Amino acid sequence: MNAIVISAVLGVVMMFCGVFTDSKSAVRTVAIIGLLGLVIANVLDMGGYHFFNVNVKGMFSFDIFGLLFNTIAFASTWVYFLLSGRDMERVGVNLAEYFALIFFVLCGIAIVSSFSSLLMLFLGIEIISIPLYILTGSDKRNLKSNEAALKYFLMGSFSTGIMLMGITLIYGVKGSFNIDVIRMGTTSLTPMLAAGLLLLLFSMSFKVSAAPFHFWTPDAYDGSPTVFTSFMATIVKVAGFIAFIRLFEGCFGEVHKQWQLLVSIIAAATLFIGNITAVFQQSVKRMLSYSSIAQAGFMMFALVAMNDMAKEGMIFYAAAYSLATIGIFAVLLKMKDYTFEGFNGLAKRQPVLAATNTIFLLSLAGIPATAGFWAKFYMLSAAISNGNVMWLVIVGVLCAAISVYYYFRVIQAMYFKEGEAEPQEMETSTGFKGLLIAIAVLVIILGIFPHWLLDQLQNFFYL
Amino acid sequence: MIPVLLIVIPLVSGLLAFLIKQEKSVKVWSLLTSIITMVVAILGITVLHKPEYLQTDVAWLPSLGSRFSLSMDGMSKMLCLLTGIAYPGILIATWNATYKNAHQFFALMLLMQTGLMGVFVASDALLFYFFWELALIPAYFLCSIWGGEKRVAVTFKFFIYTFVGSLLMLVGIIWVYFHTPDHSFAMSSFYKMNLPGNQQGWLFWLFFLAFAIKMPLWPLHTWQPDTYEQSPTAVTMVLSGIMVKMGVFGILRWLAPVVPVGLWGYGDPAASMCVIGMIYASIVAMQQDDLKRFVAYSSIAHMGLMGLAIFVTSSIGIQGVMIQMFSHGINIIGMWIVVELIERQFHTRKMSELGGLAQKAPSLAIMLVVVSLANVALPLTNAFIGEFMMFNGVFGSKASNYHYIFMVVGGISIILSAVYTLNMIQKVLFGNTSSLTANAHDIKINEKFVLAVLLIGIVIMGVYPKPMIEATRHAVDAIYSKMFVKLP
Repeated sequence: MNAIVISAVLGVVMMFCGVFTDSKSAVRTVAIIGLLGLVIANVLDMGGYHFFNVNVKGMFSFDIFGLLFNTIAFASTWVYFLLSGRDMERVGVNLAEYFALIFFVLCGIAIVSSFSSLLMLFLGIEIISIPLYILTGSDKRNLKSNEAALKYFLMGSFSTGIMLMGITLIYGVKGSFNIDVIRMGTTSLTPMLAAGLLLLLFSMSFKVSAAPFHFWTPDAYDGSPTVFTSFMATIVKVAGFIAFIRLFEGCFGEVHKQWQLLVSIIAAATLFIGNITAVFQQSVKRMLSYSSIAQAGFMMFALVAMNDMAKEGMIFYAAAYSLATIGIFAVLLKMKDYTFEGFNGLAKRQPVLAATNTIFLLSLAGIPATAGFWAKFYMLSAAISNGNVMWLVIVGVLCAAISVYYYFRVIQAMYFKEGEAEPQEMETSTGFKGLLIAIAVLVIILGIFPHWLLDQLQNFFYL
Repeated sequence: MIPVLLIVIPLVSGLLAFLIKQEKSVKVWSLLTSIITMVVAILGITVLHKPEYLQTDVAWLPSLGSRFSLSMDGMSKMLCLLTGIAYPGILIATWNATYKNAHQFFALMLLMQTGLMGVFVASDALLFYFFWELALIPAYFLCSIWGGEKRVAVTFKFFIYTFVGSLLMLVGIIWVYFHTPDHSFAMSSFYKMNLPGNQQGWLFWLFFLAFAIKMPLWPLHTWQPDTYEQSPTAVTMVLSGIMVKMGVFGILRWLAPVVPVGLWGYGDPAASMCVIGMIYASIVAMQQDDLKRFVAYSSIAHMGLMGLAIFVTSSIGIQGVMIQMFSHGINIIGMWIVVELIERQFHTRKMSELGGLAQKAPSLAIMLVVVSLANVALPLTNAFIGEFMMFNGVFGSKASNYHYIFMVVGGISIILSAVYTLNMIQKVLFGNTSSLTANAHDIKINEKFVLAVLLIGIVIMGVYPKPMIEATRHAVDAIYSKMFVKLP
C-alpha cells in the first residue's frame, strides 16, 4: 500500500513543483529524491512496515512477489531518472509534468502488481496507459510523435474495451471480480468462461506487445521521444507481464493445461516475428523496439510454464532486461544518428560508452556471465521442467541465436568499423559514464552471482 | 588448488594486461604469466598429484544445485598441460608480430586461456557451459579486430554457428538436470543418470551438435577454414590447437558417459559424418593453394578421425583419442608457426608463389618437413601412436556392425593425407626458387628455439608414449566403463 499512495502523492507534488520553480535541475532533483523515497518505502513495506492501514476489502493482496517486483521497477526507474533525466529537458518545456506522468505510471504499476480484483486490474492498466499516451505525444511539434500517440491511443483504448468485455463475461459466470473466487471451482472451461479468458488473453497480449497483437509497438516506440521509449519498452512492459501472470495464475491457474498450448503459440509467434523483423532494421531505435517484442516472447515462457521457477525467473528477467535496455537507450540518446552506421567507430571516440554498451548488448543476447544469461536460463528451465513444450524451447533457443545477429551488429559498428572524424554523439559527463560503469558492473555481478541481490534483501529482513 | 590457479592466473593477468599500455611490457607480462601457468600445470601433473590438490568445491548457486566445483582427472590434466605449454610457445613464436592496441590483444588472449582452462577442469555442467561460452567471447573479439580483410563477416559466422550449438547443449543440460534425482548439475549426478533410451536419443543430438560444430565435423565445418584463414596467426593457433579439442573433450566428458545409449543408437550416423568428413576434407585439402586453408582442411580430416574412434567405441580407441588430442595440438601449432614464418617473410601464403626454400632456408625446411610428417602420422612421430591406436580400436570395435567399412574408408584418408602433405612440401621447399623466395633468409633464434622444443617433443612422444598412456589410462577406463555399464 505504501507504494500506491506515495507514488500518487509524488505525482501531484511534481505537478506543483513545475508551478513553483522554473529551475530544471531543481525539478529533476525533487523527482530523483522522491523516487528514492518511494523505493525505500516499498522496501520497508516488504519488511512489514506498513505506513497506511487502509481496509482494501479484498481488492488487493500485497504479497512478496508483487512487492519485490515493485522494488525492481522503482529501482530501475530511479536508474533511468539518473541516466536519462537530463535528456527529458530536450523533449519540451513541461519537464515537471513528464516526471509527474511517470509517477502516475508507477502508481499504476504498483496497482497491477498486487491487485486481487479484476476491477483493480482494469484501473491499474488504465492508470498506466493514459499517461503513456500523453508521453508518447509529448514532442508535440513532431509529426511522427503525434502519429504514434494517436495510433497508440486508438489501439490501446480498443484493447481496453476488449479487456472490459472479458471481465464482464467472467463476472457473468462467476458473479465476482475477486480472482480467488473466480479461481475456486474452475475445473473446466464453460463456453462463456472460455470466451472471457480469450478476450483477456488478447487484451493482455496487446499490452505486452505479443504477436499477433504487436503491430502498434514499433510505430509507437519509434515515434515517441527516445527518452520515453526507454521507459515504455522496459519498466512498463515488464509490469504488463506481472499483471498478465497474476491474472492468469490467479484466475485460471487450475485450468492451465487448457490454455497452455494457445499461450505457447503466441510465445512462439512473438519470438519468431520479433527476432526476424529486428534483423532487417536499419535504425537502432527500431531494432530495439523489435527486440523488445522478441524479449517479450521469452517472458511469455513464464506464462507457458507457470511454476515457481517461472515466477522467480520473471522477476529476474524484469531486472536484467530493464537494466540492460535502459543502459542502451541512455547511450542511444547521446547519438545524433540512430542508424547502425551512427555507431561506427564509437569505441575509439568514447571507449567507456562502447564498452558498457557492449556489456548491455551481451546481456540482452543472453551470453553467460551477464544477468541476461540467467534471465534466459530461468525461462528455459521453467519451460523444460514443465515438460510439455519442448518444441517451444527449441524455437526459443534458435530465436536467441538469431537475436545475436542484430545485437552484435551494434558491437561490430562500434568496434570494427571506422567512424567519421567528427564526433557523432553529444558530450557526456563523467558522472554519466561512472553510472554506466556501475550498471555494467551490476549486470556482471548479477551474471555471476544471480542470487546475490535476492539474498541481500532476504538477509536484510528475515535474519 | 591447482585447477583454481589455472583459471585465476590467466584471468587476473589478463585483466591487468588491459592496463599495460606499452607493447613491449605487455608482451613480457603475458609471456611471464603464461609461463607461471605452464609451471602450475606441469606441477599438477608431476608432483602435486594428491586428490586434495586437484579438487576444489565451493558453493556457488545453492538454490539451483550448482557448485563451483573443479577437478582434474587424466584427461583434464593432459589438456591443461597442452594449454599451459601452448601459450608460451605461441607467444614466443609470434614475438615479432606487432598489433595495434597490443594490450587489448594480449589481455583477450589470456582471458581466452581462462575460458579454455575452465572448460577442461569444470566438473559441474552449468560451470562447464559458463566457461564454454566465456572462451568464445574473447575469440570473437580477437578475430574480428585483428583479423584479415573479411574478418567481421567470417568471425560472425563462426560465432553464430557455435552459439546455436551451445544453446542446444544448454537445453540438453537443463533437461538432464531436471531428471537427476537430487536436482544437481554435478558431474557425478549426471553420470548416475539412467534415462530411457528414446530420451537419450534426442539428448545425444542436442549435445552432439554443439560438440560437432566446435570440432568441427562435416557438414558443420564451413565456419572453420574461413575463420582460420582470417584470424591473426596467434589466435588461429589457439583455435586449432586447443579450442577444437573442447569439442572432443566435451564428447568424452559430457556426452558419452551421460547418454551412452543415445551414443550406441546414433553412433553409426555420427561415425558416417566423421568418415565422410575425413575423405571430403582430404580431397579439398589437395586443391588448396593457400597454406592456411590447407592446414585448416587437414585439421578437419584429423578431427574426423578422433570422432570416428569415439563413435565406433573401443577402449584402445579412446586411449588413442586422448593421445591424439595432445599430439594434434602440438603438431598443428608447429604447422602454424611454420606458416606464419613463411608468411611474414614472403608476404604470401600461396604455395604456387613459393618454392626452393630448402636451399635458402634449411632450418625452416627441416622444421616444416618434420612437422608435416608428424601430421601424416609417420612412425616415430607422436601422431603415429594416436592414429594407430584409434584405427586399431575402430577395427576391433564391437560397437558398430560397419566397423570394417569405417576402418577401410578412414584408412583411405590417411593415404590421401600423405598425398597432399608431400605435395605441399614439394611445392614449398623444392623446385626452383621464385622471385619471392630468391632472397630468402633463415629463421631467427627464438623461432628456432620454439620449433626445436616442439620437434623434440614430437619425437620423444613418438618413441616413448608410455607416460602419456599411463597418465590417461584411468580416465579412459572410467569413461569406457560408464559407457558400458548402462547398456541395457
